[in-house]
Amino acid sequence: MNQDTDMNRRRFLGQAAGVAGLTIAPGVMLYEVQARPADQAVSSKVRWGMLIDTSKCETGCTDCVTACKTENGWGSTETKSSAEQQAQWIRKVKLTDKQTGHVQSLPLMCQHCETPPCVDVCPTGASMKRADGIVLVDKHICIGCRYCMMACPYKARSFIHEPLTDQKPHAPRGIGTVESCTLCVHRVDKDGTPACVEACNAEGHKAMYFGDLNNPQSEISQRLKQHGGKQIRADLGLNTGVRYQGL
Amino acid sequence: MKAIRYLEIEGRSFGYFALLGILGLIVAAGGLAALYMEHNGHHVTGMTNQIVWGMPHVFAVFLIVAASGALNVASISSVFSKKAYKPLAPLSAFLSLCLLLGGLTVLVLDLGQPDRLVVAMTIYNFKSIFAWNMILYNGFFAIVAVYIWFMMEKRMNKYSRYAGFAAFFWRLILTTGTGSIFGFLVARQAYDAAIMAPMFIIMSFAYGLAIFILVMMAAYSWSERELGDATVRRMKNLLGVFIAAVLYFVVAFHLTNLYATEHHGVEAFILSDGGVYTQLFWFGTMLVGGFLPLFLLYFPATAKSRSMISAACVMVILGGLATIYIIIIGGQAYPLEMFPGKIVESSFFDGGINAYTPTLAETMLGIGGFALSLIMVALVVKILRVLPDNMSDANIDPHHKAAE
Repeated sequence: MNQDTDMNRRRFLGQAAGVAGLTIAPGVMLYEVQARPADQAVSSKVRWGMLIDTSKCETGCTDCVTACKTENGWGSTETKSSAEQQAQWIRKVKLTDKQTGHVQSLPLMCQHCETPPCVDVCPTGASMKRADGIVLVDKHICIGCRYCMMACPYKARSFIHEPLTDQKPHAPRGIGTVESCTLCVHRVDKDGTPACVEACNAEGHKAMYFGDLNNPQSEISQRLKQHGGKQIRADLGLNTGVRYQGL
Repeated sequence: MKAIRYLEIEGRSFGYFALLGILGLIVAAGGLAALYMEHNGHHVTGMTNQIVWGMPHVFAVFLIVAASGALNVASISSVFSKKAYKPLAPLSAFLSLCLLLGGLTVLVLDLGQPDRLVVAMTIYNFKSIFAWNMILYNGFFAIVAVYIWFMMEKRMNKYSRYAGFAAFFWRLILTTGTGSIFGFLVARQAYDAAIMAPMFIIMSFAYGLAIFILVMMAAYSWSERELGDATVRRMKNLLGVFIAAVLYFVVAFHLTNLYATEHHGVEAFILSDGGVYTQLFWFGTMLVGGFLPLFLLYFPATAKSRSMISAACVMVILGGLATIYIIIIGGQAYPLEMFPGKIVESSFFDGGINAYTPTLAETMLGIGGFALSLIMVALVVKILRVLPDNMSDANIDPHHKAAE
C-alpha cells in the first residue's frame, strides 16, 4: 500500500470521485463508503465486518462455502493432499447442545479480529491487518512456519501442502504458504460484498450481512444494535469483525 | 590441579571413521528427506491443517532446548566458579553450538518456504516471539563463539568469566523464548501457561546434561583417555537433581490445570484417555524420563556403573522426546474449545481428536538434525584442541577421594 504516490493524480481522482458524490476530498470518506481508487490508502474510518444470523442458517446448506470455493478457487485444486491437508477458507459447523440437544448451524471463517493473534505471532509480518480491519496473508513474505495456525483460536487458516496451478488472479495461493478468508478483499475494494454473503442473500436465506461496523447507520450496525451479536471466544477479547446472532 | 592440556583426538581409528560414516549416512538421509518434502510439498508428510507442527518440530525443539542445557558445564565453571567443571567447559560450549545448529537446521528445512529464510532474517515483527527467537539464536552463536575464544586463547582467559556470565544469562533468556512459543499461545487449551518458560529451562538443564555426559563418556572411552569417577559422579548427581526438578514442574503444571474445570478436558486427554499421548506421558515422561533414570543414578548397585549411567542418560533423552511430543503434538491433537457445552462437527474436523501419523520423511529429517549435531561434535574434537588429554581424578582433583 503505497500512500505517497503521485499526489496530483490522487487529487484528480479524489475530485473525480467527489464529483460523483462519493467523497468530499481525497482520503476523507463519507459514511456511505464506496469504491476506493486503487492508489488511495485503505482508511481506518471503516471497519468491515460480518453478521451471521444463526437462526436463518440451515443445517446442511453450504451455499456460502460453494460460493467461496468458486470465487477464490479452492476446494478442488488440491489433488495430492489428504482431506485433513486440504485448505478450507470457510466451513459449516454443526453445534449440538450437550444438555438440551438443541442443534445450530453456522459458517466459520477468519473472524478478522481487531487484535489478531496470527498477526502478533507472525515473525515476518506476512500476517497483517489492513486499516479497514481485513486480516490477510502476504504470500510473498510468508515463510510457511505455521505459527499463525497454532495461534488462531478459530482454526481459520490453512497451509498449502502441494504445488498449485490455475489460480484466480485476485486470489493468489501458493505451496508452502498459509491462507485464509480474505473477506473477498478484491470485491470489497471495488464496492462489492463477499461472495458468501452474496450467495446467501441470492438464495434468499438472508443469514449473512456484510458492512461497516464503524458506521452506526449501516444495516449491520443497526441489526447489531437491535438484536445484539456474539463473538466466538469473546473471552479472549479479540473484538472480532465477524459476529453471530442467536448463538 | 595440574595444568590442563587440551589435545585433538587422534581420529584415525576404524571406530572413528565408522562413527563418521554412520552419522554421515543419517545426515544424508535427513537431507534427502528435506529435499523430498521441499520438492513435493508437505502432503508427503503426516502434518495436516489440524496438526500443523509435527515430528520435525519435536526434534528441533528438543535439540534447541538441549543446546541451552549442554552449556551447563561451562556455566557452572564460569558463573559458579566450580573448578572441577572447568576443563570440560570448551566441550560443553561446542556441544551447545552443535546442538543448536542441528535443531535450527531441522526447523528451517521444515518451513513451507525454506528459501525465504533471508526474509525471516531481515524483516522482523517484534511482537512475535519467533522473531525474538531468531535474534536470541543468532546472539547465542555470537556470544558462545566469543566465550569459546576467550576460553581457548590464553591471553583472553582472564575475560572468559565475563563471557561465561553473558552466555549464562543469554541461554536463560533463549530457553524462556523457546518455552514462550507455547506459553504465549492463548488459543489452545494445552498451552497458554506462564510455567512453560521455567519448565523449558529446567528441561533444558536435564536434556542438555544427559547428552553432555554421553558425549563426554563416549569421547573419553573411544579415544582411550582417562576420565575419573569423581567427574562422572558429580555430573550424574547433578543430572539426578535436574530430573527431579523436571518431574516437579510437570506435576505442578498438571495439578494447576486439574484444579480449573475448564482444563479438565485437555487434562483427561493427556493423563487418561489420550491413547498414545497418555501412554507417552506415563511411560515416556514419568517412567523412562523420570523415575527409572533417577533410580539408576542413585541406587547404590547401579550408581557407580558407567553403563548404567549411560542408560540413564539415554532414558532422559527418550523421555525428553516423549515430553516434547506430548506438548507439541498432543497439544494440537486436542480440539480447540470454541463452543463450550456443544458437540461440534464440521468438514474441517472441528470438535474431534486430530490424528497424526508421521511419515518416514519427516521423522528422518528430525533424526538427521540430531545426527548433524553429533557429527559436528565428532569433527570438532578431532580438528580443535577441545578435550583435555587426561581427566583422571588424580589430575583434576587429587583430594576428592580423600575428602569423601
